[in-house]
Amino acid sequence: MQELLLIAVGTAFVNNVVLSQFLGICPFLGVSKNVKTAAGMGGAVVFVITIASFVTGVIYKFILGNPNIMGGELEYLNTIVFILVIAALVQFVEMFLKKSMQSLYNALGVYLPLITTNCAVLGVALTNVENGYGLLTGVVNGFATAFGFLVSIVLMAGIREKTEHNDVPESFKGTPIVLVTAGLMAIAFFGFSGLI
Amino acid sequence: MNKCAERIFNGLVKENPTFVLMLGMCPTLAVTTSATNGIGMGLSTTAVLIMSNMLISMLRKIIPDSVRMPAFIVVVASFVTIVDFLLEGFVPSLYDSLGLYIPLIVVNCIILGRAESYASKNPVLPSIFDGIGMGLGFTVGLTCIGIVRELIGAGQIFGFQVMPDAYEPFTIFILAPGAFFVLACLVALQNKVKRNLAKKGKEVPKTAGCGEGCASCASKGICGGHLSGAGTVSEISSVTEKDADKTNEQEGV
Repeated sequence: MQELLLIAVGTAFVNNVVLSQFLGICPFLGVSKNVKTAAGMGGAVVFVITIASFVTGVIYKFILGNPNIMGGELEYLNTIVFILVIAALVQFVEMFLKKSMQSLYNALGVYLPLITTNCAVLGVALTNVENGYGLLTGVVNGFATAFGFLVSIVLMAGIREKTEHNDVPESFKGTPIVLVTAGLMAIAFFGFSGLI
Repeated sequence: MNKCAERIFNGLVKENPTFVLMLGMCPTLAVTTSATNGIGMGLSTTAVLIMSNMLISMLRKIIPDSVRMPAFIVVVASFVTIVDFLLEGFVPSLYDSLGLYIPLIVVNCIILGRAESYASKNPVLPSIFDGIGMGLGFTVGLTCIGIVRELIGAGQIFGFQVMPDAYEPFTIFILAPGAFFVLACLVALQNKVKRNLAKKGKEVPKTAGCGEGCASCASKGICGGHLSGAGTVSEISSVTEKDADKTNEQEGV
């Protein structure tokens, strides 16, 4: 239990997926104009990554990394299989939500197609395999990674809402000031490294 | 042949993926802690890009339109796996320092973007050259950022000490925040040049950044191979810090 907690805190804050691993930078910069959409995007990412790390974990455990199939030498297919599974999964989740959970679909729906290209999803799946995490640990790691993404994108959106009308130097308007903000947030997140 | 040269120019300058299109930001920020890593990542991506452009262009009449995205993903993922194994076998040191970011080339938007917007509509030869051009443009972008970060953060370029011993490296530049700051300054410089051009009444080029024959690129001195750019680099670093301070103050208030 304690080990799980350490992994969760470590991936959510100390090695934050956006601010220190640089995964999922595109949505972080693109969908952080206001808190509401940022929270929607973050929620969708939490949802998809948690499911994706479970599904890829199952596939790895029972097929790709299974020593009884081809002597466990199928690991080289990890990248190909994971990316296809993730792409299919996102489509599937979207259809499922649309059919049976209208309210959740209304909240997250528009962000779902964008998530396939979010490298954090594939990144988590590969990290889980690389670190030899089991099924439960993998899902916890996935959830924590996505939670770290949610925290940082919501914080970023909050800061951007406040600085929108500030007197930013002309050349720094737009992307540059967002990048500088991200850099300062990354420095702030260094503070968490004492946690574990 | 003219068309091929045009594709390379287009990738390197006019539609430079790093400075103009701002694609593939994850590897751009993550692996540019040193110039060597930048070049390694750039060349790996270039290799995948050329091969996938070639194959997709060959198969463009066979792949049905409705399943083209999954088909492209399979092609790209296969080449990424090949590159992954080649690097592991022949350049283990680079493989270790790039780590997770090699398999993540699959989700690099440049590759799928080129497959979708160019290779699936054009003959094989121009597609190959489009891959070469885009790949080299990406490599140049990563190397420029890598050089700036390594120079300020460690006082070295490609692992060779270039700064005098008295120079105290700003370690923050080879850590995560440095990536954001360097990129912010490069984009800001690009904006400034664009604005100046507009003020002078010159026609603003549709694309900026290295689009002006490197004139507007922040690392123009270094990416041409002359080390006269040292001045430029320290300029950037002072700008960055000033700006960081300013933002800090604002936040403090």
